[in-house]
Amino acid sequence: MSEPILELRGINKSFGPVHVLHDIDLTVNPGEVTALVGDNGAGKSTLVKCIAGIHPTDSGEVLFEGQPTHIKGPRDAAELGIEVVYQDLALADNLDIVQNMFLGRERTKGGLLDETDMEQAARKTLASLSVRTVKSVRTQVSSLSGGQRQTVAIAKAVLWNSKVVLLDEPTAALGVAQTRQVLDLVRRLAEQGLGVVLISHNMNDVFEVADKIACLYLGRMAAVVGSKDVTHGQVVELITAGRSGDLGIARPEAATI
Amino acid sequence: MTNEKTTLSSPADEQRTPLLKRLTGANTLWIGLVLLVLVAVFGAIRPDAIFQVTTLQFLLAETAVLLVLSVGMTFVIITSGIDLSVGSVLVFASVSSAMAMNAVSGGDATNAGWGVIAFGLLVAVVSGAVWGLLNGLLISRAKIPPLIVTLGSFGAAQGAALLLNNGSNVSGIPDRLNRTFGSGTWFGIPNIVIVAAIVTALGALLLSTTRFGRYTYAVGSNEEAARRVGISVRGHLTKVYLLAGTLAGLAGFMGNAFFRVAVVTGHETDNLNAIAAVVLGGTSIFGGTGSVLGTVFGVFIPAVLEKGLVIIGVKEFWQPIAVAIVLVAAVWLDQTRRRARNQR
Ligand SMILES: Nc1ncnc2c1ncn2[C@@H]1O[C@H](COP(=O)(O)OP(=O)(O)OP(=O)(O)O)[C@@H](O)[C@H]1O
Ligand SMILES: [Mg+2]
Repeated sequence: MSEPILELRGINKSFGPVHVLHDIDLTVNPGEVTALVGDNGAGKSTLVKCIAGIHPTDSGEVLFEGQPTHIKGPRDAAELGIEVVYQDLALADNLDIVQNMFLGRERTKGGLLDETDMEQAARKTLASLSVRTVKSVRTQVSSLSGGQRQTVAIAKAVLWNSKVVLLDEPTAALGVAQTRQVLDLVRRLAEQGLGVVLISHNMNDVFEVADKIACLYLGRMAAVVGSKDVTHGQVVELITAGRSGDLGIARPEAATI
Repeated sequence: MTNEKTTLSSPADEQRTPLLKRLTGANTLWIGLVLLVLVAVFGAIRPDAIFQVTTLQFLLAETAVLLVLSVGMTFVIITSGIDLSVGSVLVFASVSSAMAMNAVSGGDATNAGWGVIAFGLLVAVVSGAVWGLLNGLLISRAKIPPLIVTLGSFGAAQGAALLLNNGSNVSGIPDRLNRTFGSGTWFGIPNIVIVAAIVTALGALLLSTTRFGRYTYAVGSNEEAARRVGISVRGHLTKVYLLAGTLAGLAGFMGNAFFRVAVVTGHETDNLNAIAAVVLGGTSIFGGTGSVLGTVFGVFIPAVLEKGLVIIGVKEFWQPIAVAIVLVAAVWLDQTRRRARNQR
């Protein structure tokens, strides 16, 4: 197996007195889909935001392509080639699709925004995601449906030649066909050699696309298992109880937030 | 990879109007129409009076100072902020610039040359910038709401201006400045108006064609989204208030040139007039949308109303009432649209 592209070691994160992440270890391999699962409030989104540089971590190491790195902000993450689709999408309602997709990384020509270039790139990316329901890439995001907004957020992340893509519940608001497309996209990204982390509550989706499954339980990494080595039931148990047979944390009842 | 089935409109469709569209924004059109209708109505009633060159010249010159303030205010309001201090900062800049010019000319700058005038401009712009920077830092770093910060600097800058010259106006504005810049014209257009027009055009370009402008919209639309993509929200807000303060400083210098004296009174409601102009022009008080062109219309509607009402013989006291009605109607329209959008 190839060297991990992203590796977390002993990540801790507290919000004031609330200890949200406890000694999280996780490796993301290129060409693999890693599913990150856990109950509501388990700390999945927090972990993603720590990787993206939005929350500073309290302790722990992040290695990117084997090198220790300090991601201090979203720009650092983007520069390394880490893209994120956030659970809350974080789109600017008053801006149109193109403006959102390029926000913070606008293309310029002679100091001025190169709208034509950005528009073409945005259209191409959306077309490659088979987005057919958006009338124009100049539509304001505020007038899009929930699923269309989600597609824009995903398109925004795959627009760049990234190495790692983190998707926080990217299919939550999507219809059947769109979910299908996102799952296919997730597989396609992995086949292109990217490391993909997919957060989802849908076990069918997880088992369909994931190579391995990382189970968070109350902010602890209960287990990281190959998706072929476990059953639905075992994963559900890991999510809800932190333990399943000899998998999981030794004394989940002692785990507290 | 092209996809025949997509309904994404073709490049040609979308490229036809982008620049104009971006310059104007959505609600700018109807407010421009309102302005046009006003001019047409007054023009139809008294064509002789309203289209007189001197009337127009005076209307433009008077409005030039407010226009410069309003361009800065447009940026501020798009970030969903507010700047109540612009009028006071204008007064402070105007007084300190006049006093500085006098000081380097041995007490009276009336006959001073271009060097002194340039120095006066520098003093005005820098003192405006300092107030703007102070506003920006308090808002972005100390996280004090803009309303409170600029309410504070509204009082403080006015007080400081009064302290500077013991509460009286400063005379001794260089004749040369007034003759060329203040009352001079170029093909019939007052020079002060040309300056305001250049500032406005630059402001419009900055807002609609640069990263700075794009980030202004983004910060006003969704601060968190801006932060997530690595935009320094704090830095950007500081710059926006700095811009507003700098333009207020420039406006103070323009006032000096036009009135030949640095006046300490008469600018108490500049802030409200600028806010009214910006909002009239279709910039949402909730941030995220707006345009400089709209602000231009917004500045001229009250001015045209005032002049027009006087010319057709209506008591000028009706002017603020008329402006108020248009203003409230504009915000109401904005609200209704937002509500319709949020209910989807
Ligand atoms: N900015 C914050 N400040 C304080 N507490 C926070 C913050 N963000 C998250 N938390 C807390 O951290 C815990 C984990 O939240 P997180 O959003 O990571 O959960 P999650 O696993 O993504 O859940 P879900 O499946 O509902 O999305 C929760 O208890 C939450 O209250
Ligand atoms: Mg979450």
